[in-house]
Amino acid sequence: MLSYFFRRFGQAIFVILAMIVLVFFGVNVVGDPIWMLISPEMDQQAIAATAAALGLDKPIGEQFFFFIKGLFQGDLGRSFVHGEPAILLILGRMGATMELAIAALLMAIIIGLPLGMYAGLHPDRRASRTIMAGSILGFSLPTFWVGLMLIMIFSVMIGWLPASGRGPTDTVLGIQTSLLSLEGWRHIALPALNLALLKISLMIRLARSGTREAMSMDYVKFARAKGLKESVIIRVHILKNILIPIVTVLGLEFGSLVAFSVVTETIFSWPGMGKLLLEAIQRLDRPVIVAYVMVVVVLFVFINLIIDILYSVLDPRVRLTEAKA
Amino acid sequence: MGLVDPPGRIVSGSIKLGGKELVGLDDQGMRAIRGKEISMIFQDPMMTLNPVLRIDTQMIEAIDAHEKTSKKAALARAQQALEKVGIPAAADRLKAYPHQFSGGMRQRVAIAIALLNNPSLIIADEPTTALDVTIQSQILAKMQELCADSGTALIWITHDLTVVAGLAHRVAVMYAGRLVETGFVDDVLDHPLHPYTRGLLRSLPSEGIPGQPLEQIPGMTPSLGRLPPGCAFAPRCRNATEICHRSSPEGTVFPNQRLARCHHPFDSVAQPVGLTER
Repeated sequence: MLSYFFRRFGQAIFVILAMIVLVFFGVNVVGDPIWMLISPEMDQQAIAATAAALGLDKPIGEQFFFFIKGLFQGDLGRSFVHGEPAILLILGRMGATMELAIAALLMAIIIGLPLGMYAGLHPDRRASRTIMAGSILGFSLPTFWVGLMLIMIFSVMIGWLPASGRGPTDTVLGIQTSLLSLEGWRHIALPALNLALLKISLMIRLARSGTREAMSMDYVKFARAKGLKESVIIRVHILKNILIPIVTVLGLEFGSLVAFSVVTETIFSWPGMGKLLLEAIQRLDRPVIVAYVMVVVVLFVFINLIIDILYSVLDPRVRLTEAKA
Repeated sequence: MGLVDPPGRIVSGSIKLGGKELVGLDDQGMRAIRGKEISMIFQDPMMTLNPVLRIDTQMIEAIDAHEKTSKKAALARAQQALEKVGIPAAADRLKAYPHQFSGGMRQRVAIAIALLNNPSLIIADEPTTALDVTIQSQILAKMQELCADSGTALIWITHDLTVVAGLAHRVAVMYAGRLVETGFVDDVLDHPLHPYTRGLLRSLPSEGIPGQPLEQIPGMTPSLGRLPPGCAFAPRCRNATEICHRSSPEGTVFPNQRLARCHHPFDSVAQPVGLTER
């Protein structure tokens, strides 16, 4: 188990390094950040001074060297635009994004799993066909359009839910959250639903195919032959088996929810990491982009680790192979 | 047992258990019978146990489904059942998962589960086909012993005639979903009435002359969706005449509680004693 953990860790470090190199040089290809930072009335001297202050006057190779040096001292560099340490900027915004991602994930599970299982248990009913047609819609409608429609319908036309912002936040254990007040829930409902839509559809399809597969297995027939109630069979025998693939996919999807909530955050003015990234890219704020990528990579690695642990909880067969290794 | 997947269904006929009619029983009634009155053992022991649930969970739920007992009592009964089928260290094995058992052991667990509620009938669907021969004989002996002890009737579905000869009292030969011949095992195996039964027996390696190709029944089993209008076996039957292709034969009763569904049964000695509807 421990050697496995270290192997994972080593892989993660390699991935992070590769990503840093790619992003660091990639941003420089797009343009010189200095032209984004100066104002038109600056003279040549002032420009040079700014560049020197940010270390942008040096050759790119040297800049990279300094960056790596800083990295080992736990310094990811300061944002060109905000002047604050990039990592603090990102971590400061991360709470809001995590909150959104978790809310979306919960929605996907609570809505998607039962609908998918229902469709899997009764594939021929009209309700199931409607669910499946709905999931196709969920897959194919573009996120930004759905977001705009949600705002149109629920905020503008009916006026039930606010269209933007995070609402009031409370601080619990040093983390700001809006999930403690009704007002906060009202604010998160629309963006979370928008973000969750695709995941709900995915969940429905996964749960349906998993259920249908499990239904045809001999152990379900055997459970029936034991005289078990249908509800017990579904809850105990089928659910536990279909959870294995679902946990894998959901874990990966959670990473992508956090990393790519950019569109939703922009539409609903949600003050999260995605919005920060978009601004950073627009202004070629390299330290923020690099720091963002690092955070996301670490997050993915971490999530994968959690999935592996969850796996062994759900599937006893995994436990055995681990013990042998 | 009402376990056939749709679109399969019971079209006609009658199933009686201890005089009680089972056809047309509602879901609730059928559920109460399953696992309590009639248990079933399936073909592939690698597939019948749920891979993610512990053995004790899967055994206790079978007890819970039919009566209210404390968890402790149920656990004790589960352990007892495992011991009965010859699983060593039953108390420890209860906490194990199915993948920690071999195929033969899993089938023993399945048998233990089938026996938990002392059913009056166990239906075993080719339970030893997936096992090797030594394990097969162990399981067979165990089943015979357990059924004799508890007075449980056993329906053993198989195509292994050696098993039939060793295990059964009465045998019923089926072809294309219909009963073609029934009788006491010695009668049927020694003097088959139906050409299909005879074909089966003749294709046994022990019946052939060494060095010669085995006898076989020509042709293939028909698709159940497109059975011929007459006797289902007629296209493959050497004795088939015109009537065989036209009409499906009724069951003919022979002495010693035998029945055959054939227009031209083999044994001319055993004269039919009458016709039945079945």
